[in-house]
Amino acid sequence: MKQYDIVIIGGGPAGLAAAVSAKKNGVDSILILERDKELGGILNQCIHNGFGLHTFKEELTGPEYAGRFIDQAAKLDIEYKLNTMVMDIRADKVLTAMNREDGLFEIQAKAIILAMGCRERSRGALNIPGYRPAGIFSAGTAQRLVNMEGCLPGREVVILGSGDIGLIMARRMTFEGAKVKVVAELMPYSGGLKRNIVQCLDDYGIPLKLSHTVVDIKGKERLEGITLAEVDSKGRPVPGTEEYYSCDTLLLSVGLIPENELSNGMGVEMNPVTSGPKVNESLETNIEGVFACGNVLHVHDLVDFVSEEAAAAGKNAAVYVKTGVGKRSGGHDIVLKAVDGVRYTVPVTINPEHMEDSITVRFRVGNVYRDCYVSAYFGEERVIHRKRQIVAPGEMEEIKLTKEQLMQYADLQEITVKIE
Amino acid sequence: MFDYDVMIIGGGVAGAASARELSRYKVKACVIEKEEDVCCGTSKANSAIVHAGYDAAEGSLMAKLNVRGNQMMEELSRELDFPFKKNGSLVICLHEEDMPSLQTLYDRGVVNGVKELRILNKEEVLEMEPNISDNVYAALYAPTAGIVCPFSLNIALAENANVNGVEFKFDTEVEDIKRIDGGYKLMTNRGVYQTKCIVNAAGVYADKIHNMVSEKRIHITARRGDYCLLDKSAGGHVSKTIFALPGKYGKGVLVTPTIHGNLLVGPTAIDVEDKEGTNTTREGLDLLIEKAGMNVRNLPMRQVITSFSGLRAHEDDHEFIIGEAEGAEGFIDCAGIESPGLTSCPAIGEMVADIVSKKLGLQKKEDFIATRKGVLDPSTLTKEARAVLMKEKPAYGNIICRCEMVTEGEILDAIHRPLGARSLDGVKRRTRAGMGRCQAGFCSPRTMEILARECNMSMFDITKSGGNSKIVVGTNKDTL
Repeated sequence: MKQYDIVIIGGGPAGLAAAVSAKKNGVDSILILERDKELGGILNQCIHNGFGLHTFKEELTGPEYAGRFIDQAAKLDIEYKLNTMVMDIRADKVLTAMNREDGLFEIQAKAIILAMGCRERSRGALNIPGYRPAGIFSAGTAQRLVNMEGCLPGREVVILGSGDIGLIMARRMTFEGAKVKVVAELMPYSGGLKRNIVQCLDDYGIPLKLSHTVVDIKGKERLEGITLAEVDSKGRPVPGTEEYYSCDTLLLSVGLIPENELSNGMGVEMNPVTSGPKVNESLETNIEGVFACGNVLHVHDLVDFVSEEAAAAGKNAAVYVKTGVGKRSGGHDIVLKAVDGVRYTVPVTINPEHMEDSITVRFRVGNVYRDCYVSAYFGEERVIHRKRQIVAPGEMEEIKLTKEQLMQYADLQEITVKIE
Repeated sequence: MFDYDVMIIGGGVAGAASARELSRYKVKACVIEKEEDVCCGTSKANSAIVHAGYDAAEGSLMAKLNVRGNQMMEELSRELDFPFKKNGSLVICLHEEDMPSLQTLYDRGVVNGVKELRILNKEEVLEMEPNISDNVYAALYAPTAGIVCPFSLNIALAENANVNGVEFKFDTEVEDIKRIDGGYKLMTNRGVYQTKCIVNAAGVYADKIHNMVSEKRIHITARRGDYCLLDKSAGGHVSKTIFALPGKYGKGVLVTPTIHGNLLVGPTAIDVEDKEGTNTTREGLDLLIEKAGMNVRNLPMRQVITSFSGLRAHEDDHEFIIGEAEGAEGFIDCAGIESPGLTSCPAIGEMVADIVSKKLGLQKKEDFIATRKGVLDPSTLTKEARAVLMKEKPAYGNIICRCEMVTEGEILDAIHRPLGARSLDGVKRRTRAGMGRCQAGFCSPRTMEILARECNMSMFDITKSGGNSKIVVGTNKDTL
């Protein structure tokens, strides 16, 4: 059985940044396993620009952004296998994988970084009633057909869900000659970034209907039309508000789900809110030496933050490999609690002994809040109290904690993050 | 002057089973199907249950064929290599006052010849199935009930018939039938055919076909059933098929594991006018979720991966009509095949073949091939055997559908075997590619590429399920 110090599952932005960082932190024996035919993950089909503003201080397309990391990985001689599907990971870090060239093979890893990304919620998961004709796509599938295959999925389009991919696809479909009639969003607020609403809908006169959903799908072979209705505060359609739109295409951008089937299989403990692993300050799961980063951990808005998070995971995995098992003694875990409008935090625990000088705690809120404060309480004491004009579920939030700060609270058990 | 000895109208399980049984004889036979593939109507959207046989009325044809079909299924699944499992079923009785109804089912089962039936008390039920509602009073346990892959069953029957010489014509719809000397003339959208015999296995359209030739009218109602399919992570919620006892709350819905490890909840029962009306409705889906929760607790309905509906071919008297139609010699009905039609299909095929062979005086073949191998699922192989397979055929090392772990090798097999797949749904029914939790989000563009390459089609000709169900409509900027 082949052995590697660090095996990274996924060669998308998270896996690449983790690999580069692990290598720079002194580990040579690294292998990336990628199921697609090239590195870069979903960025390869994201041909729009807007990537890299934080990381590279310039505006790149998805493939360009991925290219920067692929180049770095190449310069650092990081080993990878393409078209390779990981079938199973055991808790003792033996992976079973498969590809055309090697057939079925096993690898023993000292550390594993989970970077499998996420998938889109489907029509089925929403249980939208109606017929099941051709012409209903998740926004990402349509994006692949248009951007990678040059195929136009349809000519008259309705989009359900205002997630970022849906917004980007509204603009893309318009560019390619389709008519996007409306974007409907179940919630009273958009799930995407504000800048995408402006640049992808407003600039092209595409209406966004908040608090609306699809209540019927018509067409037996190819989609013929859909019925939209307004929903009440509990998300139930309001009778009498139905409005029919003829269209041959319905794109769904209704949420992303971290792909944690492998993590579940090896016994990684999950956070039901994020559907991603529960991790500590080192982005390490409940299984020692197994780390997670990127969209498999929690769904991000910006790839720049994925890269940043993944670099931390890569570094921590390198430290783990070099110090060896059992280094995590000393200190104690402080539990992070998400309450009052904060849905979750990543990480869920921090051990000040093991953390870097500072740590970024990322979270999302459950609703739109205006003129509010993002607060963190160390036990009973309010330590962070930051004024915000607006926070929204579509934009990830963060607070920074320093080691110095935490060390001042010797017996601190709990930090509460909330919106006030 | 006759094109065929027998033409079978309909490529669902009843038609395919009849074709397969007829192919034991020296006969020139043809199945005509209006869709692009077999298994496109009632046979593809149902509960996938192999019923024990206590439901149908004593002495009915339905009861007889149900019990016989149940007994035949296991052997058939070995012969034709399709997934089948005897998982057993429970009919849940929630109220003491409904016990007479449960007893009636038991008694009827005994009369119908169902073996091993038992009435279990609450403790026994909960021990067997911990997720049954605490309100359970008793249950009827039928160990002979099972679950089957309806697609594989239907496709296996059709492939085996085809290998044994039965022709299949797809996208061919019967427009009219005329009596001619010694047989019939079928007018279709793809030409006229003359045949000595007709088998009418047209599902929800069996009344329309029947009434083209017989004065004694029959009437089939399309009775829609909505279903929700849950992720495999919910598949272990129950291990047996859980039926509700029809009682004061009306007919309940079933909760069952599927043969592939998902959980299936349904169906509703709504009569519809449109024989193609397979649209689910909000009311239907809400109703079934509510009803399913009565017998099984903590159903993880957040794990629904898709919902669908199927149409039962409900005959007014709720009985199978199998036999020569009145005043129409050589026209054999195989109509009103609703539940337990899937269970009964092996026995239906046997009965139809018996009638037709006697009618035409057919002789058995010596070279009938009784077995067929299904699409090879490499995950069923040992590691060593799988390694050998991948060495010989590297396509088995290339995963296309991530959710169901379907390889390119399986998709190639599905395309190139007899009556091979021509559409995304055709591939899906043969390999499960696209049937998983992401519902073809990742794999459909890749499956399209394989179909285009292997069938020498353009991406623009690839359909979801034939006809006008094209996946893509043109190229980028083609109208600009």
